[in-house]
Amino acid sequence: MLFGFEWDTSGPLVFAISILPMLLVGMWVTIQATVLGFFMALVLGLIWAVLKAAPSRIVSWPAKAFTEFLRDTPLIVQLFFLYYVLPEFGIILPAFMTGALALGMQYSAYTSEVYRAGLEAIGRDQREAARALNLTTVRTFTHVIVPQAVPRIVPAMGNYLVSIMKDVPVLSVVTVLEMLNVGRIIGDRTFNYLIPLSLVGGLYLIMTLVASAGLRLLGSRLPKQGIPLK
Amino acid sequence: MTDTIIKFDKVVKRFGDVTVLNELDFTVKRGEKVSIIGPSGSGKSTVLRILMTLEGIEGGVVTVDGEPLWHEGPNLKPASEAHLRKMRAQLGMVFQSFNLFPHMTVLRNITEAPVKVLGLSRAAAKARADELLDLVGLADQAAKYPHQLSGGQQQRVGIARALAMRPKILLFDEPTSALDPELVGEVLNVIGKLAEEHDLTMLLVTHEMRFAREISDRVLFFDQGRICEEGSPEDLFTAPTQDRTREFLGSILKEG
Ligand SMILES: Nc1ncnc2c1ncn2[C@@H]1O[C@H](COP(=O)(O)OP(=O)(O)OP(=O)(O)O)[C@@H](O)[C@H]1O
Ligand SMILES: [Mg+2]
Repeated sequence: MLFGFEWDTSGPLVFAISILPMLLVGMWVTIQATVLGFFMALVLGLIWAVLKAAPSRIVSWPAKAFTEFLRDTPLIVQLFFLYYVLPEFGIILPAFMTGALALGMQYSAYTSEVYRAGLEAIGRDQREAARALNLTTVRTFTHVIVPQAVPRIVPAMGNYLVSIMKDVPVLSVVTVLEMLNVGRIIGDRTFNYLIPLSLVGGLYLIMTLVASAGLRLLGSRLPKQGIPLK
Repeated sequence: MTDTIIKFDKVVKRFGDVTVLNELDFTVKRGEKVSIIGPSGSGKSTVLRILMTLEGIEGGVVTVDGEPLWHEGPNLKPASEAHLRKMRAQLGMVFQSFNLFPHMTVLRNITEAPVKVLGLSRAAAKARADELLDLVGLADQAAKYPHQLSGGQQQRVGIARALAMRPKILLFDEPTSALDPELVGEVLNVIGKLAEEHDLTMLLVTHEMRFAREISDRVLFFDQGRICEEGSPEDLFTAPTQDRTREFLGSILKEG
């Protein structure tokens, strides 16, 4: 029994059907971790991108070093660090939050590069036109640069959403009951790994296909010229 | 009010080790229409970009309507961004590649700065934009996006956008160089119309010699960051005194 559902081992099909609700509970955790991790990656990445672009090296250098560190160390190391080290400083987060934070941190290193490339792709011409019209730096950023950068940024960000989704099983090592972990537990207890793990694979495939299709649709809906301003 | 609106006094501009402008001197009178011609790399764009505050200077003083552009205060300390903002309001620029905001409608391109910088109401800015679109012959294109227009139309929007800020000085950097030949005329027509305005000071970098001759009060021939020769269009085009000028005009005539 798991999450209040009973499994039925009398036959392969009934077994598969009986464990599906448990896997769906795990899948919901996976989705939540993905969304939360992605959201953190988007926010943190933007912060790093702004800091890295700062004119002062005292600001930009630590940001560059930190994102490089995030990029070059394994997710699981960062996860252990957050899970075992933060409590020593009195910061105790639930395993799920720690996991989402680790995903968000690791991927913020990648998203910051996407932001940087997207913002830099909006050329000198546009900044100069804005300057000649005396628009403020902030207004230029929010109404000239960002709307044009969005269509370049969204597709790349979408790829990272799918990557994050596929990295969620790493959180099982800190006891998060995401979908793979649930499948493994079912296998441990019923001595049948084939069916739960196959179902996990199938459900993963559905999730990533749906996410990719949604992102492609979003990408194709965004006008190439940028978010329109009437 | 003095008669001089632009003054370059021993202006030096370097890019790294390369000195692009070496103690350049010239003045432009209020309302004057001045064309700048010269070979590629002679510093024509740089002069306009310094005036538009897109490029700083390494020496000398640029004065716009009696006030230093890149300096402020009695000791001529380097200008603050606030000073540059104030000075910039007197100038407008039309770019070679238009530089319209591709995600904004034609109307929004023209009204964005008047609303956000000058503080006009949307309605007032729209009324001004409608007038200007009428002037440049695009009254029916306000709701379109730049990519839906031809190059000539885009450049006319560029002109309307610059005019919407009511500049005293309008800078044109090869406004027709990026256009297909058949679209050049419609843009020159608009610039020609503006040239009839008495108060507006115009600086035009161009390779359209015939047009420069028609509309200019004075022509400056730039060569290697200096003014090699200047004069009325008649004198400069028909009786140039410098060898370099003759050579340049000869090469241009051969081209087309
Ligand atoms: N940002 C820059 N960095 C380095 N060198 C530059 C830069 N901008 C211009 N230059 C150099 O300064 C010189 C003058 O350039 P400028 O653009 O003013 O010439 P121009 O007369 O407008 O030429 P063209 O007719 O080709 O537009 C050139 O030698 C150019 O290579
Ligand atoms: Mg030039």
